Amino acid sequence: MTRAEAAPAAPARAPRRRSGQWAAWLFLAPVVIYLVAFYAYPLYRNLDLSLRHYTVRSFVQGDAPFSGLDNYRTVLDNATFWPALLHTVVFTGVSLVFQFSIGMVLAIFFAQNFKLSATLRALFLVPWLLPLIVSASTWSWMLNSDSGVVNFALKAAGIDPVNWLTSPTWALTSVIIANIWIGIPFNLVVLYSGLQAIPSEIYEAAALDGAGGWQRFWRVTFPLLRPVSAITLLLGLVYTLKVFDLIWIMTKGGPTDSSTTFATWSYKLGFGTLVPNFGPGAAVGNLLIVLALIFGLLYIRVQRRQVS
Amino acid sequence: MKARLKTVAGIVLTALMLFPVYWMVNVSFTKDTDMRHDPPYLFPVHGTLEGYRAVLDQQLPYLGTSLLIGLGTVLLTVALSAPAGYSLAKLRPRGGGVLSFVLLMAQMIPGIIMAMGFYAIYLKLGVLNSAPGLVLADSTIAVPFGVLIFTAFMSGLPAELINAARIDGAGTFRTFWSVVLPVSRNAIVTVSLFAFLWAWSDFVFASTLDGGGPRQPITLGIYHYIGNNNQQWNAIMATAVIASIPATLLLILAQRYVAAGVTAGAVKD
Repeated sequence: MTRAEAAPAAPARAPRRRSGQWAAWLFLAPVVIYLVAFYAYPLYRNLDLSLRHYTVRSFVQGDAPFSGLDNYRTVLDNATFWPALLHTVVFTGVSLVFQFSIGMVLAIFFAQNFKLSATLRALFLVPWLLPLIVSASTWSWMLNSDSGVVNFALKAAGIDPVNWLTSPTWALTSVIIANIWIGIPFNLVVLYSGLQAIPSEIYEAAALDGAGGWQRFWRVTFPLLRPVSAITLLLGLVYTLKVFDLIWIMTKGGPTDSSTTFATWSYKLGFGTLVPNFGPGAAVGNLLIVLALIFGLLYIRVQRRQVS
Repeated sequence: MKARLKTVAGIVLTALMLFPVYWMVNVSFTKDTDMRHDPPYLFPVHGTLEGYRAVLDQQLPYLGTSLLIGLGTVLLTVALSAPAGYSLAKLRPRGGGVLSFVLLMAQMIPGIIMAMGFYAIYLKLGVLNSAPGLVLADSTIAVPFGVLIFTAFMSGLPAELINAARIDGAGTFRTFWSVVLPVSRNAIVTVSLFAFLWAWSDFVFASTLDGGGPRQPITLGIYHYIGNNNQQWNAIMATAVIASIPATLLLILAQRYVAAGVTAGAVKD
């Protein structure tokens, strides 16, 4: 194969040579094998788990009986299903709205290139780079009912303290607040790079036509930023659907499932109890995959349309 | 708005955003007896190092394991994704578009689901609670991203560079190894940084696949801390501060690579 490649470069429009194809796929082979072994196979195992009736014993021995869609039925009939779905939607939706709008405001602010703006913008990345367990445990302590700094601040402002993580009313709000904090940097950076791509002549022209700051935002920035915004939101959506660490570390989905999403429910079924329910756990996981892939496909479609 | 006013506003906003990080550092220096003081001490005036002493006593093995797992993940990720990126960018493989699509979709799969599949497989193979097993699982977070970055970067390399190597008699492999890889330093750095950071931060795979092993990563070290001694928050936060060092170093030393990685359209879980 290498000898053929050593021949003088073929004209650009020559058909793909067979030897070239061999080389190309030789370079791809490790990743293809890897994808089959460590993506496709675990996913297949997961699908298989969701279609069989497993007990701890049959999980080890691998002779669980096929049970069709029983696990999915169990999951749908479970009292946790509808709350978990609602929490997943609320967690994702509210997080996205705040992450995106705060990120947008900050991106426009930092795009004005004042002194220190580059350094400060870099510092904004810190929450996104920290290990999730670090952010989650810090927020847990800040939101502690008796000794947390947040309740202290509320008290100083004359507001009654809130049982952030221990009351069913507030647990979901608490994890959403922490998740918004983690997601702002990503929105800021991507939207900022989108703003940089808008040529400054357009703003100059708008200013000459007498457009004020607010008008320039709604008539120029916002429409031109729509493609980048769509990408940011869709990616954010896929990544927020997946959030597990943060919720699990802060509340374990509780109290009494009040902050349970599909991701934490799936983990809880599979690993969080003394007697694991691998089948239903895998079923919940597969429902989550379907959700993620739908929005993932939408993301790819939007991205493709922009490239072409 | 005057320029100076904007700078002041920027500093205030950044301070607000980074308050939780400051609070983590503050608590890590706070004495156990002051931990529930009302009002809380906003500065570590009666600071103590007992939290950090606890880290040195108890958490060093966890940190070592995380370092090892991070480096292993970097090696595996670069070794797999650099050749693939080269092929997709320059060798025009038939079906390459499909593969790129599959890689994009692979990034959308929630880690918790991968973890469950891995658990079933590892249990059967008897490789639960092993460091190499965790490296393999952690690399699934970074490999699709790595291929994407390498493809994008290598597509930008001039065709003359590769043609010149061919005319000098280099085969495809030689061209890749001695010409393409050395000039792809930036892509290698970006991919390595993110692969390391994600492996270092991983909690999902660690808690499912390595929950009972003799060598556990730092994320589990912190998690056990939270579970076991609820009172010693200075030790928990001191561990958290130390676990944040790689991210901080990255931001200081390699800021432009970080920004490049974020905007590449592929992002962490």
